[in-house]
Amino acid sequence: MSVGTPTRSTIPKTRTSGRQARTAALLLAPFAVIFLGMYLAPLCFAVYRSLFVLKRDGLGLTAPTLVFDPFTNYLKAFTDPVFIESLGRVLLFGVVQVPVMLALATGLALLIDSRSARAKGFFRLTSFLPYAVPGVIAALMWSFLYSGTSSPINALLAPLGIEIPFLGQDMVLWSVANIVTWGWTGYNMIIIYAALQSIPGEILEAAKIDGASAWNIAWNIKIPMVRPALILTAVFSIIGTAQLYNEPKVLQSVSGGSIDSAFTPIMAAQAATAAQNYPYAAATSVILAVLVGILSITFFKITNRGSDA
Amino acid sequence: MSSQLTAGDSLAPADTKTNTAPAPATRARTGRNFGAARGSGPRNNRETSLASRLVVTIVLGCFALYFLVPIWWLLVAASKPMGEQFSAPGFWFNGMHLGANVGELLTSRDGIFMRWILNSIFYAGVGAIVGTLLASMAGYALAKYRFRGREVVFGVVLAAVLIPKILFTLPLYLMFSEVGLINNPLAVILPSIVSPFGVYLSRVFAAQSVPDEIIEAARIDGVGEVGIYFRIGLRMMTPALVTIFLFNFVEIWNNYLLPAMVINDSSLQPVTVGLVSWFASNGKVPMSLVVIGALVSIIPLLLLFLFLQRFWKAGLTAGALK
Repeated sequence: MSVGTPTRSTIPKTRTSGRQARTAALLLAPFAVIFLGMYLAPLCFAVYRSLFVLKRDGLGLTAPTLVFDPFTNYLKAFTDPVFIESLGRVLLFGVVQVPVMLALATGLALLIDSRSARAKGFFRLTSFLPYAVPGVIAALMWSFLYSGTSSPINALLAPLGIEIPFLGQDMVLWSVANIVTWGWTGYNMIIIYAALQSIPGEILEAAKIDGASAWNIAWNIKIPMVRPALILTAVFSIIGTAQLYNEPKVLQSVSGGSIDSAFTPIMAAQAATAAQNYPYAAATSVILAVLVGILSITFFKITNRGSDA
Repeated sequence: MSSQLTAGDSLAPADTKTNTAPAPATRARTGRNFGAARGSGPRNNRETSLASRLVVTIVLGCFALYFLVPIWWLLVAASKPMGEQFSAPGFWFNGMHLGANVGELLTSRDGIFMRWILNSIFYAGVGAIVGTLLASMAGYALAKYRFRGREVVFGVVLAAVLIPKILFTLPLYLMFSEVGLINNPLAVILPSIVSPFGVYLSRVFAAQSVPDEIIEAARIDGVGEVGIYFRIGLRMMTPALVTIFLFNFVEIWNNYLLPAMVINDSSLQPVTVGLVSWFASNGKVPMSLVVIGALVSIIPLLLLFLFLQRFWKAGLTAGALK
């Protein structure tokens, strides 16, 4: 693998940079090949596939044929009430769950960072514990806790005359939100906490000497100073929301119908694949990828413009 | 594009501090106050009132309860006599049958559960090791060599960080079924070794922790460029590499949709897919086994996290990815 190398002083500058470019290409090549194969190729393939429509003859006697028809699948997706509804549901989910989770994570980080906190290591570790539980396993666990027949939470609440219909039609989206919040609050807290730790002690000392209360310091100094960490966690949470799949998919089999096969866009796309409607599944995947890309880049632009001002 | 990622950039220096600092002797201490760039200024506890300490502890206790109760329930349920996993008391033990239950889990259905765990370890292990190596080579090249198109390559990598992998899953499935890779372990491993975030982290880390002077010195000593990467770059980037490995491993271990779609043969499935198939089997597999399996499936990752604590703690601050 090694490249012949005379000592540097004997090489003219142009040859050095040519050699540098060759080495860089050599080191980049393995990643680039797999990247092109596993990111770009499937995307191109999906775009290509989405431009065709499956045509069956009237009697279904011959195998269906693929016909080039570039708009039909996209038109169908954008007028498909089921797909549009799944997009709206995930949007609602994100608008509620992401701010709640980040508020909890920030509050938790501020509390553990505060002077009054004891056993900080213990609280950090317990918050982060759910991150080590795979998403589908967490969903399995919560599905037992939510269970209509044997929920231990409802068993605990029964003497108070309370029964929470975790998997009911109106409740189920927020039951899913609770699983996601449970899994990711601690993870986000650690990122925000680390940012809090890097605030210079002198700034906090000075504010204290000026008579600022702990509440004031948290609100007016600490939170503005961890803004980059908050933006980061927000972007990753938005991206995470767009790929909501595991939790609703696991709950689906016990939800008694309140989670249908097109509950989230990715579930809808997967259902289309399972029904072997590949061109339509490809079109919805392309639409999703483009929407998520636009969303994250827009969010970055907006938040970065704010920080320049 | 790179200017848009200032959030990650500005967090990175703190990461290198915590990554490079701890010598073995100070490891325990660093583990307790990770990311402690504020210095060792002692927090003055005498200034806090008893009331505020009480309130803070109670609120933190409520949070801890929320995070622990589901796992506590799982532990309790898995310890109850076989078949009584869902009977009262909900949150307390009813005898200790954990050992016998795990034994039953490992032997039932021809021991398929152990097979799933080993599959998960294989997929996540191979995928994470190869993925980390490829990402570090690419990140190192982007940090240490000037060449035309460098910023374009980096921009593409950053864009890939922002589009979730799961969106590529269905197109990948369509592609793999076209080329006959369904039910082939490669269909799980190949997509999972691409780690754009690993490239990003490697570039940031290589730029900060592999000094140009040392590379120059090695060149003068006649070491080849690729040799410099393997002998010097790789060694100096170790903390970042462990972080990338850990995040790749977790991501592959937790992955569900991709293996569920491309692997139908149950003896090739990872534990996530296997357990969910038990769960959704409409009672063909007793739910008690699912509960015990869920508990056992958490343990490998938990151990990994405990072993590599100081690395993931430092890695998170560099702007880790879901």
